[in-house]
Amino acid sequence: MANSSVAQGAQAPLEKEMARQQRLDEILSSYQGNEEELIPILQQVQQVFGYLPEPAMKKIAKFLKLPESTIFGVGTFYAQFKLVPSGRNIIRVCRGTACHVRGATGILGEVEKQLGIKPGESTSDLEYALEAIACFGSCALAPVMVIGNNVYGRMTPAKVKEVLANVGAER
Amino acid sequence: MDTIKLTVNGRQVIVKKGATVLEAALDAGIYIPTLCYDADLKPYGGCRLCVVEIEGMRGLVSSCTTPATEGMVVRTETPKVNQSRRITMELISANHHGDCLACAQNQDCELLKVARYLGIEQQRVDRLRKSTQVLPVDDSHPAFIRDLNKCILCAKCVRACHEIVCHDAIDIAFRGNSARIATFGDKPIVESVCKSCGECVARCPTGALVPKWEKLPVTEVKTICPYCGVGCSLYLGIRDNKVVSVRGDPQGPANRGSLCVKGRWGYDFLSHPERLTTPLIRLPGVARQAGQDGKVQEIFREASWDEALELAAKRLLELKQNYGPDSIAGLSSAKCTNEDNYVIQKFVRAVIGTNNIDHCARLCHASTVVGGIAAFGQGAMSNSYSDFEKTELFFIIGSNTTECHPIIGSLIKRRVRFDGAKLIVAEPRSIELGEYATIVLSHKPGTDVALINGLMHVIIRDGLEDKEFIRERTEGFEEMCQVVERYTPELVEAITGVSKAAIEAAAHLFGKANSACVLYGMGITQHTTGTDNVKSVANLLLLTGNIGREGTGFSPLRGQNNVQGSCDMGALPNVYPGYQRVNDAAVKAKFETAWGCQLSDRPGLMVTELADAILKGDIKGLYVMGENPVLSEPNLEHFWQALEKIEFLIVQDIFLSETAWMADIVLPGAAFAEKDGTFTNTERRVQRVRQAILPPGEARPDWEIICALAERMGKHLGYRDTSQIMEEIASLTPIYGGIRFDRLDRDGLQWPCPHISHPGTPFLYREGFARGRGKFHAVDYIPPAESISKKYPLVLTTGRILEHWHTGTMSRRANVLNELRPSGVVEMHPTDAARLGLVEGDLVVVTSKRGRLKAPVHITEKSPPGLVFIPFHWREAPANILTNDALDPLAKIPEYKVSAVKALRQRKKLRP
Repeated sequence: MANSSVAQGAQAPLEKEMARQQRLDEILSSYQGNEEELIPILQQVQQVFGYLPEPAMKKIAKFLKLPESTIFGVGTFYAQFKLVPSGRNIIRVCRGTACHVRGATGILGEVEKQLGIKPGESTSDLEYALEAIACFGSCALAPVMVIGNNVYGRMTPAKVKEVLANVGAER
Repeated sequence: MDTIKLTVNGRQVIVKKGATVLEAALDAGIYIPTLCYDADLKPYGGCRLCVVEIEGMRGLVSSCTTPATEGMVVRTETPKVNQSRRITMELISANHHGDCLACAQNQDCELLKVARYLGIEQQRVDRLRKSTQVLPVDDSHPAFIRDLNKCILCAKCVRACHEIVCHDAIDIAFRGNSARIATFGDKPIVESVCKSCGECVARCPTGALVPKWEKLPVTEVKTICPYCGVGCSLYLGIRDNKVVSVRGDPQGPANRGSLCVKGRWGYDFLSHPERLTTPLIRLPGVARQAGQDGKVQEIFREASWDEALELAAKRLLELKQNYGPDSIAGLSSAKCTNEDNYVIQKFVRAVIGTNNIDHCARLCHASTVVGGIAAFGQGAMSNSYSDFEKTELFFIIGSNTTECHPIIGSLIKRRVRFDGAKLIVAEPRSIELGEYATIVLSHKPGTDVALINGLMHVIIRDGLEDKEFIRERTEGFEEMCQVVERYTPELVEAITGVSKAAIEAAAHLFGKANSACVLYGMGITQHTTGTDNVKSVANLLLLTGNIGREGTGFSPLRGQNNVQGSCDMGALPNVYPGYQRVNDAAVKAKFETAWGCQLSDRPGLMVTELADAILKGDIKGLYVMGENPVLSEPNLEHFWQALEKIEFLIVQDIFLSETAWMADIVLPGAAFAEKDGTFTNTERRVQRVRQAILPPGEARPDWEIICALAERMGKHLGYRDTSQIMEEIASLTPIYGGIRFDRLDRDGLQWPCPHISHPGTPFLYREGFARGRGKFHAVDYIPPAESISKKYPLVLTTGRILEHWHTGTMSRRANVLNELRPSGVVEMHPTDAARLGLVEGDLVVVTSKRGRLKAPVHITEKSPPGLVFIPFHWREAPANILTNDALDPLAKIPEYKVSAVKALRQRKKLRP
């Protein structure tokens, strides 16, 4: 898990927070309050917030009449759920066999150097999150890096710089 | 009973239908190793050690989750089974931190036991030890340590927390190798919703959850918890005259092994350095002053028993001679045993010659006794905890059960969570049980009569009353109907603030239930309309025929460990033991013969009348045993003024309580663990209290002190021991007629128990009511004595919190309890707090017409807007300085639950 100073960087302004609260209420209102709705709710909440904030999990617990500790248990069990705010742009670097032999270590190292974070962490401005992935199945393009839904193949450390600069420029 | 025959290891085994294979084997005395099985918990199948081979089933099956079936052939010790178990065990123990010699659990470690049984080899385990995870030890809790490095993920703690106590503080979190038991947010346990009951600690099979202070005892003594009225049975572990361990008694009829935070961790007050060890006599010229504190030796000098008793006897005799026996009053104690209570009321009546004996039941359930007797002829709880197991609908009104009677609270939560029982909660504050309720009625404080009348109105309107029951077993129905008719849902909504729809829904739920019982606490009784409230509860039960049957009943939850017993023992100004009236000539004659003296037939003064009587000069001397009225009376400043004026005050206690500081003579008493006797719990169960340790210094059991004092006043009471006192009680008290110490060893006995072979009475009124027919009372709503005004715009209600007990004499001297909740708070809704500009922890000054206090604010939605809640445990912020001493006209119970106050912010900030 990323350190907590990262999480504190996510303090949204009040209006934004209230809008999110409203969004959370909207999400919950589309469910019945049955136990089995937990995972879909968590998924939807994560889509809105980018992670599972503690107050949201508490609210979900109340809504579903489930213990808070159970919500936490489920939230931490599945790899898809994040408990700390995660960067907006998720950069996934493949470390599968094919990518590895074609220099994935260097690619990952370059991303780490550029962003100043390790896999599993997010930048303090919450723009980027970094993940190391086992295989995308795009071995023909190795080494591969994926940002959002865009696949960048045949990467080199030099291209990393370029791609990141482009992503930065886009926003 | 349906049974099943099966074969285990070639032996035929017969078990109850529904038993698992594991239970069948254990029943037959065949050991199967397991780490996650617990008879009190649902089968889990987590550890995979209990695997067995069953003919006709493929592979190995876990015996704890497989139901036994007819003709099954089970083998528990085949090579295949043992190989599997060994590998499983090696994996479980691979990363276990094996500091067994120093581990607190090493005496009862299940892991060690199973490892030994399976013959685990160190070398094979080391081979598996890939990496040693080191998780930080969580020692945030004052009572126990969580060392997850020793956790084997059997989930017994998680399941106990969920299935037994329903606190749900922990669950299994994370995944794979990182899986571990975690609180919400993986925070230290003390920051979680944990209620510190220690059920998890008691069930942990390894050293992952261990008490911080426990030592191995030399011996164990079975006794009864001295905190609330539930009456939990427990074992105190003793070593070097100290309590070094505590465990719930799995056979305890009230608790079945469970304990709450106070019952499990709250006993170090016994060996607190401030215990009174010798009699004290007030130094000449030191004025009696409320709120006195400081150096004991500046106010008192130590004295011998001879000197203290001689002086006490002399002063009491002087007062009696100069002003008459009615100038002296005694206060007994609901914390003391039945025997102590019997002896002090006998002392006051037979030696002093007055009926001026009362105790704190006046302040908690006096209205129950009066209202209950009026409706049914008996003021006690009509049913038993075992009835709660059969109840379909619980109606809880004015009781924060999970905080004040935690073991009953958990029982109700279990019934709702696992058995589908329904629950209606009527309570001005939002309480934990509300989360379990089908319907929550948040009525305004003091509007209980209107609310219940509203429910009855709907029940009658919609024809849901039990017509046959009303015809056969009750009287006064018509008169009541006339009043109830006026309480339409619309009117009741206007009075109580509860919506019409909710009133109707609750009435229908209650009216249609096959079996319902009403549980209530101080929220009903502590009002100027306390007796009316109790009568309303009785009306509702009579109307729907929910009394005198299994699963139904009238359940006032008595507060103190022995408040039922102290009432039974006649520590009340109008009745002898067993509620026999002092102004009944035949009763008086019986006691005169038995006690060999003349007795007064004039009912005595009640606690709540004392202050005025002292100020008027009617009461000159007061003998207080184990009570602390200086904090527990309403409108304290008035009471303090009175007590400062009294001529002579004796206080007998285990600590220098706030009342004892004002005494002329202080006599050191023995605490519950230092004496023999009996307590009677709220379900009328008389249970044995056994001496586990010696009293400190020269402290003596209360009854012995009173006997010694009586001796010096010329009356030989002559008891050899407490069993002899109980024999005398039984001979004079019909409802205790069959109670003898030797009959109480196992489960105790529930009164009425009229003769020596009577098995006791689990629920009352099966055949008829004690007064013949059950009586309906026409009860109209009367608003509380004090209402909010411009000057005092907030309603104050007082009460208890889970971690503390009454005036804190004991619980504030128990380290764990004190650390968990070190200081008093004023609970307030966020909107009120915002209006006053308060943030969490700000010091707030709360003022009523009668006094003011300062305490940090705790902002919480538990309090509805307009209502503040202050627990009364802290002398630094004594809630009762604010409370109203207006009394119920019949029961003379004060209105603790409604006072008008204002709150203001104090500049300086303190942490709560």
